[in-house]
Amino acid sequence: MMAAPLLEIRNVKKYFPVKKVRNGEDIVVKAVDQIDLMVEQGEIVGLVGESGCGKSTLGKTILKLHDITDGQILFHGEDITRYSESQMRPLREKMQIIFQDPYASLNPKKKVVQSVMAPLNVVGRDSKEERLEKVKAILNEVGLNEKFLEKFPHEMSGGQRQRVVIARALINNPELVICDEPVSALDVSVRSQVLNLLKDLQRDRNLTYIFISHDLSVVEYLCDKVAVMYLGRIMEFADKKHLYGNPLHPYTRALLSAIPVPDIHAEKDEIILQGEVPSPLHPPKGCLFSTRCPNASERCHKEAPALKEITDRDGTKRNVACFLHT
Amino acid sequence: MKKIMQSQAMKKFLHNKKAMLGLFIVLFLMAVVVFLPLFMDLDPYTTDRAAGFNKPPSDAHILGTDDVGRDLFARLLYGGRISLFVGITSTIISVLVGIPLGLIAGYFRGAAESIIMRTADAFMSFPSMVLILVLVAVFGPSILTVTVVIGVLGWTAIAKLIYGNVLSIREREYIQATKAVGMKTMPILFAEVLPNAIPPVWANISFRVAGAILTESSLSFLGMGVQTPQASWGNIIFAAQNLMVLTARPWVWLPPGLCIILVVIGFNFIGEGVRDALDPKTK
Repeated sequence: MMAAPLLEIRNVKKYFPVKKVRNGEDIVVKAVDQIDLMVEQGEIVGLVGESGCGKSTLGKTILKLHDITDGQILFHGEDITRYSESQMRPLREKMQIIFQDPYASLNPKKKVVQSVMAPLNVVGRDSKEERLEKVKAILNEVGLNEKFLEKFPHEMSGGQRQRVVIARALINNPELVICDEPVSALDVSVRSQVLNLLKDLQRDRNLTYIFISHDLSVVEYLCDKVAVMYLGRIMEFADKKHLYGNPLHPYTRALLSAIPVPDIHAEKDEIILQGEVPSPLHPPKGCLFSTRCPNASERCHKEAPALKEITDRDGTKRNVACFLHT
Repeated sequence: MKKIMQSQAMKKFLHNKKAMLGLFIVLFLMAVVVFLPLFMDLDPYTTDRAAGFNKPPSDAHILGTDDVGRDLFARLLYGGRISLFVGITSTIISVLVGIPLGLIAGYFRGAAESIIMRTADAFMSFPSMVLILVLVAVFGPSILTVTVVIGVLGWTAIAKLIYGNVLSIREREYIQATKAVGMKTMPILFAEVLPNAIPPVWANISFRVAGAILTESSLSFLGMGVQTPQASWGNIIFAAQNLMVLTARPWVWLPPGLCIILVVIGFNFIGEGVRDALDPKTK
């Protein structure tokens, strides 16, 4: 029997209640809806989509930082969906998160050494000296040095802070790291440094990343597989090579055509989507993308296509939620 | 400690002339009422038959004597001890009650939030002086009841301040990160949330001490506070309810009145200084 994947999520839903309605269904925002995703050990899975499509909510739901509405989360084949906080605690060191904003993700009142050591204190295995050694070692690994131990967050640059955040996430040797737009708040000049750091760490430690981003070039550079989300659902999930080489879902195509090409002579067939992302309070009937899809047919406005596995001409498999590809 | 002295806020506070003046006034008055009686042979409780009643200031009694012949200077100092004690202790009670309740309401939300914050609203909707009068009447006027009642009724402002801050802090990513590493709730609350939520309370504490001293004085002036023979600034002024005292014997009520004004101004200057020092927008 094959070993269970590192992470498997089945039909995960996260709804936020907006308003209670008497004699009827409460109004909810379906931030994350019917998501299935499988992540193998050592993979980097990209999660892309526009702002507000539920990428970050999905990331936090996987770590159970949000209460899940419905569905299953399996970590190493173990169903952790209904785990209590105390049952989760031993697993917490195996799954970590790196947040988008390095200014907000470090406690302004804590020194670097305190912030980075906190996860070790929670686990509480090592002696005080060992903890300090580990903190020094991890700081070196993320490209900082011992001078930073006594610094406060406001004394550091954005890139340095994000390195501290990475150090804190990795100090307990996690297996799964959810990177929630880890570089989008950084200057372009330090962005590539931090990306390369993440990539090196992933290779050296055989980490598994779920990499949340709205930057398609970053995802192409880093990820092995990519899931495209729109209004809380996955539209297409495929290997990076196939997704970027031959996007099938109209939404993926539109997104990819919007990536700027650094060549003034490049000719592009830009697909410009009409209108705005519909309000998640009143999602369209049928396919969520139908209101903006250039290929939408009568059927798309009535029923929603399920995410289905299809086989390309060259024999590879991918998942698409579109009636054009069944 | 060195860190605090060097911090930006502390520098700003030390350079604030008004705050320094307030600090000086308060510390000076405190030193006087606490230490002077130790070195002088003062007796605020016994009648000096030799001097007589209602005597104006003289060499033997530098502030004169009251209607039963007690030394008013001694009463002023001993009364100052009581007034400052009530002001500071009741504020400590407010803080000790208000901070945990504000933290719980802001962090856990839900039922705890509704119960605590609606209770606070209920407390605040009563005119506090009337409520205090009633409670003191029920429990009997004494230093202890006055202190506890002022302290307990003062929790709402502190709790609301903390609550408001905690609401925003609990959503910050560094708090999410502590949850992601599996930190337990109590350490998150007291080691991560509280230090970031508490700064505005420092300024409030100072205003609160001033307010509590005033409240105690008002209560004592109304006869519902500290009871004779014990002295407090308020109950020395109580004598001025007699028109004769008010018009003909200013040495009775003028010194304690001035002391109240000074100490309240002092604490308010400190409070303003702390508030400005903690506000990054002011220079």
